[in-house]
Amino acid sequence: MAGDQVTLLDYWSSPFGMRVRIALAEKGVKYEYSEQDLRNKSDLLLQMNPVHKKIPVLVHDGKPVCESLIIVQYIDEVWKDKAPLLPSDPYQRAQSRFWADFVDKKMYEFGRKIWTTKGEDQEAAKKDFIDSLKLLEGELGDKPYFGGETLGYVDVALLPFYCWFYAYETIGNFNIEADCPKLIAYCKRCLQKESVSKSLKDPHKVYDFVVMLRKMLGLE
Amino acid sequence: MAEVKLLGAWGSPFSRRVEMALKFKGVEYEYIEEDLANKSPLLLKHNPIHKKVPVLLHNGKTVAESLVILEYIDETWKSNPILPEDPYDKAMARFWAKFIDEKCMPAIWQIMWSKENEREKAIEEAIQHLKTLENELKDKKFFGGETIGLVDIVANFIGFWLGAAQEATGMELVNKERFPVLCKWIDEYVNCSVVKENLPPKDKLIAFLRPRLSASSWKY
Repeated sequence: MAGDQVTLLDYWSSPFGMRVRIALAEKGVKYEYSEQDLRNKSDLLLQMNPVHKKIPVLVHDGKPVCESLIIVQYIDEVWKDKAPLLPSDPYQRAQSRFWADFVDKKMYEFGRKIWTTKGEDQEAAKKDFIDSLKLLEGELGDKPYFGGETLGYVDVALLPFYCWFYAYETIGNFNIEADCPKLIAYCKRCLQKESVSKSLKDPHKVYDFVVMLRKMLGLE
Repeated sequence: MAEVKLLGAWGSPFSRRVEMALKFKGVEYEYIEEDLANKSPLLLKHNPIHKKVPVLLHNGKTVAESLVILEYIDETWKSNPILPEDPYDKAMARFWAKFIDEKCMPAIWQIMWSKENEREKAIEEAIQHLKTLENELKDKKFFGGETIGLVDIVANFIGFWLGAAQEATGMELVNKERFPVLCKWIDEYVNCSVVKENLPPKDKLIAFLRPRLSASSWKY
């Protein structure tokens, strides 16, 4: 769609921002990436997302769309002629939405608990995290992607968390691959796709970022 | 002939949302009441992940999570659409539905279940979120425009349950002085026929809530 002005307000390590980057890359959309300073939020961010004041925000021809999965669905609907992320069948779409919602409810929350708590709380978070990954493994089955033969909505929702796994493992002192080998194999395979590898960040840099956050929060 | 069943609970706003959408679209369905204190094998079979209502069964296929179900219903039965056609307007509707579920409702629950010393903060937060939501109404009759849409359906908790909770406890969170626009919407909403037919009996709901909510005075 020639003439589209697309800007993404984002933060490099945000898994939610990464979802949008993957979606835009899959669709071949040209956009301006705008790194935001989350400790000193710009007027633009506050204007484009007055309700939550968070990234990511997609600004399309001056109009903002907020909340990563809502943005991904918007991208899928606007740039619909290439790389569909949601299936066309309503039941399959419902299944995709259910599992993306599952990722939203579980991965971020449990992952965050792993790096912000210790002792019993951390152990519980690790268990919940692994249990959730196992359920996702079950849902993936033998398919190459959650979306079937091609990358889909659930893949986009989940894959960004993979570059946070190293941070979770190091801080939580556990090994995700030992419990969920199929899921890790799937993530590694997906990283071979340029849209994914260019959107995710180096896990070691993410880990350094989390260590810095922990220091700020008085956890280290 | 499609076979539609809904596993629900009489007092659950999430379950009633689905009924509202089905009735709005003239879809025939069989309603199965679940005893949430004693979950049936049917519920556990069809929603093993979350074990919650509502669950929609359509020709034997399961859809869970109320927002996912609502979109499924809208895509399957095309009469009386509850989501707009335009991708941007659709993104906005999804945004506000999510805002209600993730911000308004938890804040209101927080008031109901919070201890005395936490209540003032919970009330402030709820007022802030409800004001944000009220601003979105502007001069529209419903969030969906002239007729109810996704956001109005999702806001059933604010439209009705909140009023019942207020009567049960003597709390006055939402009143005409503080929320003139929202109260006007509530009046339109509870009198709109498809809504009216899909609300639990008020007395029964008040009687159910009264002993369960914090007894202390909520006057604010």
